[in-house]
Amino acid sequence: MEKQKYERPLIKKLESGMPNKFGTRTGYQPTTHIENVPVKDLIKKYDSPLFVISEKQIRNNVRKAKQAFETRYPKVQFAWSYKTNYLDAVCRTFHQEGSWAEVVSGFEFSKALNNGVNGSKIIFNGPGKSDKDLKMAIENNALIHIDHLEEFYSIRQITEKLNKKAKVAIRVNMDTGIYPMWDRFGFNYENGQAWDVLNKIIRTDSMELVGLHTHIGTFMLAASAYSAAAYKLADLAVSIRKKYNHEIKYIDMGGGFSSKNTLKGAYLPGQDVNPSIDEFAEAITSALINSNFEKGHLPILILETGRALIDDTSYLLGTVLSNKRLSDGRRSTILDAGVNILFTSFWYDHKITPAQPFTQYTEDTVLYGPLCMNIDVVRNNVNLPLLNKGEHVVIHNVGAYNMTQWMQFITLRPRIVMIDEKEQVSLLRERETLSNFLEMESVPEHLKTFDL
Amino acid sequence: MKLKSDVAVSDSGFVFLPTTGESFSVNPIGSEVLQLLKEGKSIQEISNQILDKFDTEPLIIDKDLSDFMEILNHYSLLE
Repeated sequence: MEKQKYERPLIKKLESGMPNKFGTRTGYQPTTHIENVPVKDLIKKYDSPLFVISEKQIRNNVRKAKQAFETRYPKVQFAWSYKTNYLDAVCRTFHQEGSWAEVVSGFEFSKALNNGVNGSKIIFNGPGKSDKDLKMAIENNALIHIDHLEEFYSIRQITEKLNKKAKVAIRVNMDTGIYPMWDRFGFNYENGQAWDVLNKIIRTDSMELVGLHTHIGTFMLAASAYSAAAYKLADLAVSIRKKYNHEIKYIDMGGGFSSKNTLKGAYLPGQDVNPSIDEFAEAITSALINSNFEKGHLPILILETGRALIDDTSYLLGTVLSNKRLSDGRRSTILDAGVNILFTSFWYDHKITPAQPFTQYTEDTVLYGPLCMNIDVVRNNVNLPLLNKGEHVVIHNVGAYNMTQWMQFITLRPRIVMIDEKEQVSLLRERETLSNFLEMESVPEHLKTFDL
Repeated sequence: MKLKSDVAVSDSGFVFLPTTGESFSVNPIGSEVLQLLKEGKSIQEISNQILDKFDTEPLIIDKDLSDFMEILNHYSLLE
């Protein structure tokens, strides 16, 4: 007689009418394949954990975002936010789709140059530009977005030394009706700081004021805030034209659009309630078109959208190391992928699906990573089918920030692969090795030997 | 370890503890283990019976039965 398929015995207490922090089950199908490539083959070849990026999904996202804006506004330019994911292959996919580079450090600037981006199509943001970074940006004709007055004076000094004009914009912060208001970056609109520096720039021969920039927050859930911001930047641009007869070439609305991830503590899934790219596009473009720009003088609209274009393109594959019980009887499962490589699990309740078929029985589970640290929690409460040691899980929507903010903590960082449009898999980043770290370390002579 | 004598286990996987009014659901293997416990079978006997019937290994069933007994005890279903 053929033996029946085994599943571990499960008993679940029925609690009708009780609030349940584990929520309802969200996934009903296993994720056995990504872009038609079997998950188990990926893990067999590249080991677990493993980041997998879909090139097709990146291109789909950019094209959809471009369509959303270009059907509403005549002059649109996207710039890929390097900090969100600066793997060269990812950046070059965006550049192939026409995106410029948006960088926030000398390191990212060099990466963009190395990727072949012309300096004049690199937007240099951020509060931490060193004089060396600024010199590199000026020499490469980059668009420098000034964050504070010290930077303004540094640029003035460097341009005088180089005898070269810098193309600059200022970052403007403002009240758009959302909390918290980001006022640590740039110059304030309401209190006159922005006008103060604009006056200085216009009167400086070595700088050309080309744009106005804002970035009102991150993971924004209200498209209307962008409308308020666009009106204020448009008002500044129109006023500069009136006062100085100087035309602002572009308005950069930054990024911060939410992806479809679910923020911790959110009542409903992000997939269902977060604004779509069309809603953001409608809010921004309507505000600009309804502003007082003269006919034929609409500025270029630049967008630095990162997260919303990359989050759903990437997956983290992991393997179950162990199941155990907590003191209160809850199921806990330990994965080989923790917060060291999944930084965003501090912010999101990531969607997680098993990579193999399962039955209808589920358990309320706490998912832990492998680190010997109490903070290493991938999901605090998740209703999952029964997982056994050695089985695989797929963590969804991990494309933004994880591959740039990951930590070499306790263990080494895993491989990253990309599945291209022909469903071929390429290795983008090799797994780290012990020798990578030993190469960077040195031991003083007197510490080289010891007796135990 | 024996299942409390008053624990009612239905064929469809519904478990009821009349003394407290608590109810539970079990999957088919869980239901089978409870029935065998009710019949007074030892853990070793249950393990052998599961191994005869299902496609698994002694180490896995040993680990899973140990976990299952722990949670039965947690729910006060054992004597």
